[in-house]
Amino acid sequence: MDWHEAFKGLSSDLPAAAAEHEDEERRGLFGRLRENLGKAGGALREHFRTILFDGITDDLWEQIEEALIFADVGVEATVRIVEQLEREASEQHLTSRDELLGCLAGIVARLLQPDDPDERLIDVSGEPAVILVVGVNGTGKTTTIGKLAFRLAELGKTPLMVAADTFRAAAVEQLSEWASRVGCEIVRQAPGSDPAAVVYDGIAAARSRGAGVVIVDTAGRLHTQVNLMNELAKVRRVIGKQIPGAPHETLLVIDATTGQNGLRQAQVFAEAVAVTGVVLTKLDGSAKGGIVIAIREELGIPIKLIGVGERLEDLRPFDPDEFARALFLDETPAGS
Amino acid sequence: MFDSLSERLQGVFGELRGHGKLSEADVDKAMREIRLALLEADVNFKVVRQFVNHVKERALGAEVMESLTPAQQVVKIVNEELIALMGSGDSRLAFSGRPPTVILVAGLQGSGKTTTCAKLARFLQKDGKRPVLIAADVYRPAAIDQLVTLAERVGAPVYAPGAHVDPVDIATDGVAFAREKGDVAIIDTAGRLHVDDELMEELVRIRKAVKPHNILLVIDAMTGQDAVNAAEQFKQRVDIDGVVLTKLDGDARGGAALSVRAVTGKPIKFSSTGEKLDDFDAFHPDRMASRILGMGDVLTLIEKAQTDISDKEAARLEERLRRADFTFEDFLDQLKQVRKMGSLSSIVGLLPGVPGMKELKNAQIDERQMDRIEAIVFSMTPEERRHPDVIDGSRRQRIARGSGTQVADVNRLLKQFREMKKMLKQMAGPKGGLLGKLPGFGGP
Ligand SMILES: Nc1nc2c(ncn2[C@@H]2O[C@H](COP(=O)(O)OP(=O)(O)OP(=O)(O)O)[C@@H](O)[C@H]2O)c(=O)[nH]1
Ligand SMILES: Nc1nc2c(ncn2[C@@H]2O[C@H](COP(=O)(O)OP(=O)(O)OP(=O)(O)O)[C@@H](O)[C@H]2O)c(=O)[nH]1
Ligand SMILES: [Mg+2]
Ligand SMILES: [Mg+2]
Repeated sequence: MDWHEAFKGLSSDLPAAAAEHEDEERRGLFGRLRENLGKAGGALREHFRTILFDGITDDLWEQIEEALIFADVGVEATVRIVEQLEREASEQHLTSRDELLGCLAGIVARLLQPDDPDERLIDVSGEPAVILVVGVNGTGKTTTIGKLAFRLAELGKTPLMVAADTFRAAAVEQLSEWASRVGCEIVRQAPGSDPAAVVYDGIAAARSRGAGVVIVDTAGRLHTQVNLMNELAKVRRVIGKQIPGAPHETLLVIDATTGQNGLRQAQVFAEAVAVTGVVLTKLDGSAKGGIVIAIREELGIPIKLIGVGERLEDLRPFDPDEFARALFLDETPAGS
Repeated sequence: MFDSLSERLQGVFGELRGHGKLSEADVDKAMREIRLALLEADVNFKVVRQFVNHVKERALGAEVMESLTPAQQVVKIVNEELIALMGSGDSRLAFSGRPPTVILVAGLQGSGKTTTCAKLARFLQKDGKRPVLIAADVYRPAAIDQLVTLAERVGAPVYAPGAHVDPVDIATDGVAFAREKGDVAIIDTAGRLHVDDELMEELVRIRKAVKPHNILLVIDAMTGQDAVNAAEQFKQRVDIDGVVLTKLDGDARGGAALSVRAVTGKPIKFSSTGEKLDDFDAFHPDRMASRILGMGDVLTLIEKAQTDISDKEAARLEERLRRADFTFEDFLDQLKQVRKMGSLSSIVGLLPGVPGMKELKNAQIDERQMDRIEAIVFSMTPEERRHPDVIDGSRRQRIARGSGTQVADVNRLLKQFREMKKMLKQMAGPKGGLLGKLPGFGGP
């Protein structure tokens, strides 16, 4: 999927530079993502190869379960996926390793596919559009904002960052650094200020300066911290009061290394601030981020973006097929 | 979300108490449940397999104690083994006879290294040491500012020549700086992926240059199966001495602790439990074991448990709480349970990281008060017990008279009841909330 297809509300004439860049990236993309996911998928694939070499054996199913567990898919989702695989394998009389893996990837991709294709889009049609970025500590919120602003700027939007993490040491400086890399504006206040007040200012500034997309950075907080979750809900309300219907997107950033706790994070954040999508970061490591399957399945939250590194360019639209196939299969997915 | 391990084991063994030795069939079934529980807690599946085989050997033929059910006996064994495994090894830091003692802090991105450096500095200060912080993360935007700000807060000198200097030089010069300004050098490094060859190589160079007395790997307690890969790689490349487990203030079960301990053989030295600089302590394997098992201090509870509320009853109660129609009848049932098990507050005190502890303190119940409360509830009509909202002024007077108490006592109880109901509702939360952990609320 191309970047300009990842958003709703871009002007139809795409800046020429962006189109060119995209083309280049598409070619480079599978290279890089596959290389990254390759590292990630390596052990898993090896696992599959050895277990599947001899065809479909008795304890094969249990071993597939293990492979899914290893990807942090979780016990419950794993059981469901394997049951589905058993059904489809017997219906379709699958006998070879490749057929079975293809089938498995298909099942996983389908689980991750949004019901409505528009659901995976990031809505930037508001004027200004407001994107609130939330998550537990250290998952990659601030970095994701830098990367996202970069993309939006390339696609002809004017992003404005709001530094509403007034808590963590040097969080504002960190976001400022990203703003200067992107070349966009940032609204900030002194450390320790009320995040809701910063956001209020930020939106007012976006209006007066004609910024197209306001992206709000928030302090990392564990979902178990009731006060901090209330604070976040308040930030959201302040946004909604200034712009009815905003925030148009509330993105929850989940670290791919996260285990089963990720589901709980998504559940509590969704309750507190109505999460509209997940950003899965750090997929360039060896962690597989399988917890997003449970998040998508049980909570219905679509996965929208993936982070594959620490550079400005290292953000990608989420593609279920690519994610599933790169996890389970050797070959590069055809086309897409 | 699966039920707690002890509930599942209860299902395997039934309620029987002290029935001789654990049979092979019993143990096999129990091991399946334990395997699932550990997987749910994010323990790596290979580690789970090893661990379960080991526990199985010990459990086979084990004598079931008179006071315990077989399920509890198995939990006890599992718990002991978890503690033994996670607690082995020296959890203290190594100090050099020739200062400065050098501590290198490394780990994946966002795991909490920089925060840990500052916390460690404060921890050492309390011990009379003079730590110095060294900012060797030149990659992450504002990483240096972050460490400098934290150093100020801690009141420790900081060596931070800037982002244009090579991290190996920063580390080397920083240690020289620490020799003059203090006696411990704590080096903050950039987050790096274990699959990133270049950056791993940089870490090797730093290690060679400064020969740290301690290399600490910082691991996020929320990490899943991949923790073993990261830990194994860091160990292979730079030979870590120990682990710091962070973000334990959340509700992750923290199986990564067991995984990392098992694959590296290195002790977990510290646990970090918040964003404040004092949220840092030596690692406690016993707390970690009960956390991974998804229970409070399970052994103490097992010892305390004299009766078990039946599963069905617990499920019914939890359901009602969720629908917020906790009644005085339920309240009375709870009182009975609590009386059998010791005071409510002491049981809650056994549960690690229970939110709402303060509210519970207010609801603290002592024996005399319990008598009074029971009397008051007994004086209510069934209708009043089920719908306390109907209890108006004249009813209060009647209840007070009937129970030999004052109207003020009745008022207080009604208020406590409302508070408790509110709190329990919060705790019941969506599925799998804290409630399952409370005795009598469906837990062990
Ligand atoms: N390898 C890799 N690192 C990432 C990615 N995204 C973020 N990071 C790194 O993860 C670390 C934490 O990122 P931040 O953006 O500061 O995370 P945060 O969620 O804003 O953190 P807090 O505000 O402290 O809660 C930094 O070192 C980032 O460079 C990614 O996709 N891949
Ligand atoms: N709740 C909680 N947050 C923590 C804990 N330790 C660190 N954090 C937070 O986690 C986030 C990341 O911490 P850092 O110290 O910046 O992590 P780091 O490993 O230095 O990150 P990089 O340098 O980007 O790799 C920050 O928001 C910290 O405040 C902890 O024990 N509990
Ligand atoms: Mg941040
Ligand atoms: Mg850091």
